[in-house]
Amino acid sequence: MSKEILDSNDINRAIRRMAHEIIEKNKGTENLCLVGIQKGGVVLAGRLASQIESIEAGPIEVGALDITFYRDDLNTKEEQPVVKRTDVPFTITGKTVVLVDDVLFTGRSIRAAMDALTDFGRPAYIQLAVLIDRGHRELPIRADYAGKNIPTSFDDLVEVVLEEDNSKNRAVLISGQ
Amino acid sequence: MIKSKHLLGIKELSAKEIYHILDTASGFKDVLKRDIKKVPPLRGKSVVSLFFEPSTRTKTSFALAAKRLSADFVNFSVSTSSVIKGETIQDTALTIQSLGADFMIVRHASSGVPHLLSNILEMSVINAGDGANEHPTQALLDLFTILAHKKRIEGLTVSIIGDIAHSRVAKSNIYALTKLGANVRVICPPTLMPAEIEKLGVDVFHSTDKGVKNCDVVMTLRLQLERQSKGFLPSLEEYFNLYGLTSERLKLAKDDAIVMHPGPMNRGVEIESAVADGPQSVILEQVTNGIAVRMAVLYLLAGVKK
Repeated sequence: MSKEILDSNDINRAIRRMAHEIIEKNKGTENLCLVGIQKGGVVLAGRLASQIESIEAGPIEVGALDITFYRDDLNTKEEQPVVKRTDVPFTITGKTVVLVDDVLFTGRSIRAAMDALTDFGRPAYIQLAVLIDRGHRELPIRADYAGKNIPTSFDDLVEVVLEEDNSKNRAVLISGQ
Repeated sequence: MIKSKHLLGIKELSAKEIYHILDTASGFKDVLKRDIKKVPPLRGKSVVSLFFEPSTRTKTSFALAAKRLSADFVNFSVSTSSVIKGETIQDTALTIQSLGADFMIVRHASSGVPHLLSNILEMSVINAGDGANEHPTQALLDLFTILAHKKRIEGLTVSIIGDIAHSRVAKSNIYALTKLGANVRVICPPTLMPAEIEKLGVDVFHSTDKGVKNCDVVMTLRLQLERQSKGFLPSLEEYFNLYGLTSERLKLAKDDAIVMHPGPMNRGVEIESAVADGPQSVILEQVTNGIAVRMAVLYLLAGVKK
């Protein structure tokens, strides 16, 4: 059984609000960059960046981070790893890096992302922005910016579809039973 | 997706598996360009090399690949080991497994040794060259290098010049290139051409000029110098005259053709120095790419369900 939990309007509103929160918390956009986690976080990071740019002047640097090599489940996962592109074409040392992902679940991806990120440099701050926080954390990690908190059961699946050209935006909860 | 936890040869791989390894390798290539060239996925695993034939580059390449994946690498030195005291290769391998290793990188002068070991071992066996049979990671790094320059394999014409009969590099490349849809030409003296090689789907040339004409990739192979003393060749000079890759001959290939060699090179025997060091040569890139490709192999085999 699946039901839509966010439609296109909900998602756009959430992104707008998060963009304002990021600017407010960091008192502007100086020294700020966004890094999206492959695969779901990359398009979202791009959207957040253009939203932030439309509020405050100046281009925001955006990178993409693949965390496959940093995962802790190479031997336990059923499916085999597929490596995606990592592209962080700017220095992150001394910057405020906002990690962006679509769904925050156990927190293990974020742990891996922080390890991956620190191999690129030493950010002054790492913050976390997610579209959906679905709970069930296994590590002491929380989001600084969350689009929506959605209660789920552990076996559920949350699927976020964000097309790059904005043609399709939705989040679906697929029930585990 | 990769089906076997062993890498015994290209013959055993599907085109899909080959592309999956190459895609993964390009992720590792990016890692190798960073300041911190190390990632953690094989932490706590150990890789042992068991080489019954001399090798520096392949062994070093595997060692660096293992270390950059955060695995431990140990070289089992055959010349100082109990192998020379008469231990069988199976017993040696089982001993290494009992020491707790996860991967064994094997090179042996006899074809089929990695296959033999894979039947008795729980750990992953990677073939680093078995006799005249295969050298799969060399073919994978060659494909990776070709892809980097040509963006495709299908439809390319690749000319392999050298001692086809004794070359495991040639064998693995023939399997790999034909599986991915390249046109493969083999060029060598009749004494060094295996019988019925056409059955592998290659075109046979005895004239280097004709074989190189309009090709996209020229791959020269190392000529083992003892072939002359065994009577396969009249002289090394004559081999160079007929089969050596010279600047003149290279002009017959396409203008943007690349020149490859698995190393170590005999300059003035199979390749002219000006070609080896020339703008079309990608020989040193092959070496660099070898690490990324071997990282991909170790990484993917570690993820195969035991």
